Amino acid sequence: MSHHSLQAIALPTAAIAPIKRRRHFTPARIGVYAFLFSAALFFLLPLYVMIVTSFKPMLEIRSGNVFALPAMATLDPWRQAWGAVSQGFWNSVAIAVPSTVIPILLGAINGYALSFWRPRGANFLFGVLLAGAFIPVQVMIYPLVWMMARAGVFGSLPAIVLVHVIFGMPLMTLLFRNYYASVPHELFQAARIDGGGFWRIFLQVMLPMSLPIIVVAAIMQVTGVWNDYILGLVFAGRENLPMTVQLNNVINTTTGTRLYNVNMAATILTAALPLAIYFISGRWFVRGIAAGAVKG
Amino acid sequence: MLARRLARFSPHVALLPMALTVLLAYIGGALWTLRTSFTAARTFPSEKFIGAAQYVRLFDNERWLLSLHNLAVYGALFIIACMVLGFLLAVFIDQNVKGEGVLRTVFLYPYAMSFIATGLVWQWLLAPGSGIEGAVRQMGFTGFSFDWIVHQDLVIYTVVIATVWQASGLVMALMLAGLRGIDPEIYKAARLDGIPAWRTYLQIVLPMLGPTVATVFLLLTTAVVKLFDAVVAMTQGGPGIASEVPAKFIMDHLFLRSNIGLASAGAVTLLVPVLALLAPYAYARSRRARAAGAHA
Repeated sequence: MSHHSLQAIALPTAAIAPIKRRRHFTPARIGVYAFLFSAALFFLLPLYVMIVTSFKPMLEIRSGNVFALPAMATLDPWRQAWGAVSQGFWNSVAIAVPSTVIPILLGAINGYALSFWRPRGANFLFGVLLAGAFIPVQVMIYPLVWMMARAGVFGSLPAIVLVHVIFGMPLMTLLFRNYYASVPHELFQAARIDGGGFWRIFLQVMLPMSLPIIVVAAIMQVTGVWNDYILGLVFAGRENLPMTVQLNNVINTTTGTRLYNVNMAATILTAALPLAIYFISGRWFVRGIAAGAVKG
Repeated sequence: MLARRLARFSPHVALLPMALTVLLAYIGGALWTLRTSFTAARTFPSEKFIGAAQYVRLFDNERWLLSLHNLAVYGALFIIACMVLGFLLAVFIDQNVKGEGVLRTVFLYPYAMSFIATGLVWQWLLAPGSGIEGAVRQMGFTGFSFDWIVHQDLVIYTVVIATVWQASGLVMALMLAGLRGIDPEIYKAARLDGIPAWRTYLQIVLPMLGPTVATVFLLLTTAVVKLFDAVVAMTQGGPGIASEVPAKFIMDHLFLRSNIGLASAGAVTLLVPVLALLAPYAYARSRRARAAGAHA
């Protein structure tokens, strides 16, 4: 990429954009597209390799090229892969549902209380909570293990859900707090004058108008919980290991010849839910990232 | 009467889960770990205080020192690569290109995947003989070699490649949001002054994106400190201990090697750079908030 091509690319946004002239394919334009196209290739390549590998028989993988299309496509790897990680899939579902609903509810209550009621000391707590989002979990992990072991819940579904509630709270609270900060304060005042109490205003005024941010929060939390590895590994217990942990166990601790086709099918299965959420929700996903990051 | 009086405390009651999370899990957990780092705890917490001996042992430990070295190399390369690639992608996408939506989707989708899935795909792509290396050799370049993942001195770079692939789309999305907030007149004025486009971007636009760059830097740095899943999935810290990182060192000493004291010292050490980074960021934010309040 020479700077000569970069020099011209400022043109469209600056001088030409308002006039909407038809652009010709100048060398600079071609350079822009060449860069974007090769970047797209880099980003798509692993997905492509995953998909084609998952349909190949092992014989073809050993003798062939990773980038080649399957010559004799087979669904066997997918059947084997599902057999290997299906338990993890259902475990992840069982973890993700409460680990999404509870943090969203708590995040909404926190955000509402922080935005409209502002009890003494609440902002200090919120500041610490936000800082907590940046602290490596290793700092808190053993004390939590110890406390839960003492309470007799360590290594169970409630334990992993509780941990997701704890580590999901900063982002969930932030999302709702910022959302409610943009709600006109007069609305809250009017509800107060009408005699609404804390919970009534929350349930009847705020919650019904929170649907957009609930969607964003749900996308963020489901994706985060589904993709979690370290917390599930430590807290879920043998019976409830999430899909990521099971996938890693299947691939990295199995001895003998590696079944790359099965491995890739299992990897796709594990990534399928967050990817589906991303492809379907598109803008909402980006909005969630931006809301969580820029204002954080 | 009583109900009314109780209702006054509703905001406090509502924030009780947040207060418990902050005080018990975040502050309590961090203090507990700090305390444990000064004890001789092995499998169980201990009351036997031994001063800073764990820290002395930690910085005598070859594996810990290698972990820190790896983290520094990884962190510098990961942050620079993500920033440069993310910024370039955002700038090029911002040139009124066709298919912008598709390109954005392609650049960001890896971010929806877990580090475990990311690590496993790249492990397969980078496997010597069968992955990219094998494919290029089949194309006729029989002398081609790309076996970094089994190379002690080069393995950490493969972790960089995989995680940059996963995270640079996030940088692109945030930078693009920043670029869209810039007044197009700037480009026009710079052009009239005869400033080449690359200098406009580097010397005018990039400084205007300061807050975005700071946020991205903070996000990427915390991701560096937390690096664990990707290493576990890709290399398990190998070959040998060549790709060990601090987060993995801590986890291994907590749960496999029964050395809670040493692990806690490691966790506290890991906390220092995060707090050092967070403090000026929080200070800048509070100053900005105060300035905004003064203007209002």
